[in-house]
Amino acid sequence: MVVVLGSGALLIAFVVALYGIGAAVYGVVKKAPQWVSSARNAMLLTFPLLTVVALSLIYLLVTDHFEVEYVYSVTSRSMPTYLRVTALWGGQAGSLIFWSWLMSAFASAVTLRDWKRDREFLPWVIVVSLVTLAFFLTLSIFFENPFVRTWQYSSGVAVSAVLQPAGTQPLTRLDGLGLNPLLRHPGMVIHPPMLYLGFVSFVIPFAFAIAALVTGRTDDRWIRVTRRWTLWAWLFLSLGLVLGGRWAYDVLGWGGYWGWDPVEIAAFMPWLTGTAFLHSVMIQEKRGMFKQWNIVLIVLTYCLVIFGTFLTRSGVLSSVHAFAQSAIGPMFFSFISLTFLISLALLSHRWQSLKSENELTSLFSREALFLVNNLLFIGILVVCFWGVIFPLLTEALGFIGRAIPSLSHIFTGQKVTVGPAFYERATGPLWAGLLLLMGVAPLAAWRASTAKTLGKAIWKPLIASLVVLAVLLATGTRQLGALVGFWLAALVIAVTLYEFWRGAQARHRRAGESLPVALWRLAGRNRRRYGGYIIHLGVILMAIGIIGIEMFQTETQGSIPLGGQLSLNEYTIRYDSLAEFDTADGRNVARAVVSVYKDGEWVDELYPRRDYYYEAQQAMTIPGLRSTMEDDLYLLLVDWQPLSTQNATFKIYHNPLVSWLWFGAVVFILGTFVAAWPEREMVTMERSVGAVRTSVGA
Amino acid sequence: MKRTFWLFGLLLALALAVMPKAAFAQDPTPQPTPQATPSDDQVNAIAKTLYCPVCENIPLDVCPTLACEQWREQIREKLALGWDEQQIRDYFILQYGDRVVDEPPKRGLNWLAYIVPPVVFLVGAYVVYRVLRGRLHVTETGEGAPEPAPPEGDEYTARLEQELERRQ
Amino acid sequence: MKRSPRWGVLLAWLVVISLLVLIAVQLRSAMEGSVGEGQNAPVFTLQTFDGQTIGLEEMADKVVVVNFWASWCTPCEVEAADLQDAWEHYQPRGDVLFLGVDYVDTETEALEYLERFAITYPNGPDLGTRVSQAFRITGVPETYFIDKDGVLAYTKIGPFGSLGEIMDIVDGMLE
Repeated sequence: MVVVLGSGALLIAFVVALYGIGAAVYGVVKKAPQWVSSARNAMLLTFPLLTVVALSLIYLLVTDHFEVEYVYSVTSRSMPTYLRVTALWGGQAGSLIFWSWLMSAFASAVTLRDWKRDREFLPWVIVVSLVTLAFFLTLSIFFENPFVRTWQYSSGVAVSAVLQPAGTQPLTRLDGLGLNPLLRHPGMVIHPPMLYLGFVSFVIPFAFAIAALVTGRTDDRWIRVTRRWTLWAWLFLSLGLVLGGRWAYDVLGWGGYWGWDPVEIAAFMPWLTGTAFLHSVMIQEKRGMFKQWNIVLIVLTYCLVIFGTFLTRSGVLSSVHAFAQSAIGPMFFSFISLTFLISLALLSHRWQSLKSENELTSLFSREALFLVNNLLFIGILVVCFWGVIFPLLTEALGFIGRAIPSLSHIFTGQKVTVGPAFYERATGPLWAGLLLLMGVAPLAAWRASTAKTLGKAIWKPLIASLVVLAVLLATGTRQLGALVGFWLAALVIAVTLYEFWRGAQARHRRAGESLPVALWRLAGRNRRRYGGYIIHLGVILMAIGIIGIEMFQTETQGSIPLGGQLSLNEYTIRYDSLAEFDTADGRNVARAVVSVYKDGEWVDELYPRRDYYYEAQQAMTIPGLRSTMEDDLYLLLVDWQPLSTQNATFKIYHNPLVSWLWFGAVVFILGTFVAAWPEREMVTMERSVGAVRTSVGA
Repeated sequence: MKRTFWLFGLLLALALAVMPKAAFAQDPTPQPTPQATPSDDQVNAIAKTLYCPVCENIPLDVCPTLACEQWREQIREKLALGWDEQQIRDYFILQYGDRVVDEPPKRGLNWLAYIVPPVVFLVGAYVVYRVLRGRLHVTETGEGAPEPAPPEGDEYTARLEQELERRQ
Repeated sequence: MKRSPRWGVLLAWLVVISLLVLIAVQLRSAMEGSVGEGQNAPVFTLQTFDGQTIGLEEMADKVVVVNFWASWCTPCEVEAADLQDAWEHYQPRGDVLFLGVDYVDTETEALEYLERFAITYPNGPDLGTRVSQAFRITGVPETYFIDKDGVLAYTKIGPFGSLGEIMDIVDGMLE
């Protein structure tokens, strides 16, 4: 019953989406606004329909309908209810529905805004959104239908279909396979939705960019409309990435938070271009420059989103993250080809109309520094992209070696792996460059800045940062990378705090406000700028955490008997006891009790454990974690060694400063809220600034 | 001209300052002398840079399967025989193929992996340089437009801009 | 000046199209399974654990049974004894060759495995995973039956259930 409801709503939503596309195009071509309105209604209709689909699927997941193949593959009787709801995005078919639902939600939200000033964009935004939605619905209906059930003929032959074929009975299953144990963690509850939110919401700026290209209305309007939206999309993507890192740290048991896995990178690449866009769009707003580049960036961001999704789900990449191979590969490939080629064609067509209004006047102006900022972000993107593509390339080019034997030692066709060392080495200097820019750019003025004016602005924070550097050297830090990294971090913190102080001082002098009030009003009046500074502060705190763990992490592993000890640096652990028991949700837990001593003093008791999931026949090692702002002690029970109360193998990671990474992420998110918060005054301020500028004859 | 040199010099110094070898310290690699049973830490130091040949994208030091345990034991054997890290890596490449090490081995086509990103970056830097110099821009005015010198009349506008900035 | 944007645009098209071609090629190879029956079997050379080289010469005009296994593979143990029995049955004829290809394994454990099941037909490590890549295997155990003309006659994914199963296939090829 619910299956029929869900799959029916899915089909209707698909038809409605197709109608919407047709109506919008017809309305534009025939200049008939009533057709465009109808298309708009169609888009709005997809949301309640897809909500019905999602709720139906959730209902089936929660009520043990194991004849539905998707429910069978991701739930089991022993799973708690909240996990069953999250199983919606636990497998390919469900996550595609989730994606479509989010897509329709955002597209509807955008449709409901006031379109008075942008009438000509509306049909094209509808077309782009509905084409994307229709594509994902095609995948859901024809390739990965979550409502497919298993039926059995009396002969015993089983068949899969949504509706009951004649002469069959539903195949009853007593229990399901259960969700992959790795996904049964609070982090996994929130990480995929956040990431999907980030991905899907980038469709909207893309749709507006395409609309701008198609209609030829390539002025600032499309950016102003989508600016806040892009910021929120970027926020969700950032949050999704950080949560993924935290989940990896908590649950995967390798003492780290980012493995440079191809699928991780696939999610990271749109973030890079998105961040570049957020910066360079400011140049377009202030100086009217780089229109071509900005539109390229937003199109590129969306294309990378789709490309990343394709890589994850098609089986082309080998990765722990990747969904199992399925038939959606070729369909997805057609979609990305279409997206890439049409975007490129539109860009080529409109290239000349995206001309710039102004010229750069100074190497040290803010525009110039933003340009360097973009260069660095794109540089990092190129490293990431090349690292992901290169193994595919060498494997594909192997055919040359097979065809021409004399070249076979060059074109070996051997698969290669591109790992963390490659990415860290290549992007390290680029990140350092970005840190430097974060320190210098806020002090550069738009249009005119010379080395001298910049020097005058920066000398005080520079002195402060050099003091920090001196302290680091005095306390024994010798690693060049750490010294440069921390010095730059100190510089950026000094510059940012200096900017806050200067702004607050100005208000204090002018309006007599006390410092706290001045700071509050300052951020309130200039949400984007000061929100941006808070984001930068967050990034610096994250950088401090990253430098700490990447450059100063130490580890040790050892087998110790009950009561025995293992040491790492100033820490010693003592193996106190081990308990092994079964839990109600189908796992066997081996839980060790370990005392932790620092410099001889007892500081904590940790409980590293090994969870073995019977159904999935998979084990997870959950670390015992002691976190302070100074460092983390990360303790693992190494599960592949025989576990007994006699001897157990432990692995200890010492991660200095890593808590700053998570703390910094919180500051980062808060800063984005400040920057993204709606502000009515902003529009009037921009207009008056623009008016003043034109009257001065700039 | 002088300003550009200054700028590039600064960037170059910065790039050199964070050069790879100093940037990320690793655990010291084991000494190439035969020894009694090498410790888990010594094995892990090498296993960290290798990937499980069977499972996808899991480093060998954290892979929990029986096969990976056997490979780590093999590393221990080789260390006990006095092999150094490079010999062990080469052995693993011979046995299991290029994909078992964490970077493409530097031969043949694989050199492209290391060369392409810096080359693309330098090309990008050159494009940025040209844009900053005003010789390449996307207006319809001809190429090679003269670089505008900071004019005095603009001092007023510059101050006005700053004032407006502060009032925003 | 129109020249600068034009080569930029051209380069962009070139990059995008090359990328799409690359992805298409890789997608196709990701989706094709192992080497299909009726196709020419891949040519390969095997260096056995006891130093022999088994190549094209040694495989010519023979029915070749190529079995992929590993010491860490539990299903492989199910068929190990049956494969050895089959080999003992066909060896005197001289026109059937059984080959064991050890897939990503350690030599010590591999030799232990061979000793445990008293396997006498030639076995060697799949160096650099070249042979398994040539056959595009999807796991172990898998067995490939190559006829006297070098054409792949039959593929078996997973362990054999019985000695009879193996002999039926080989007998069929010998007719």
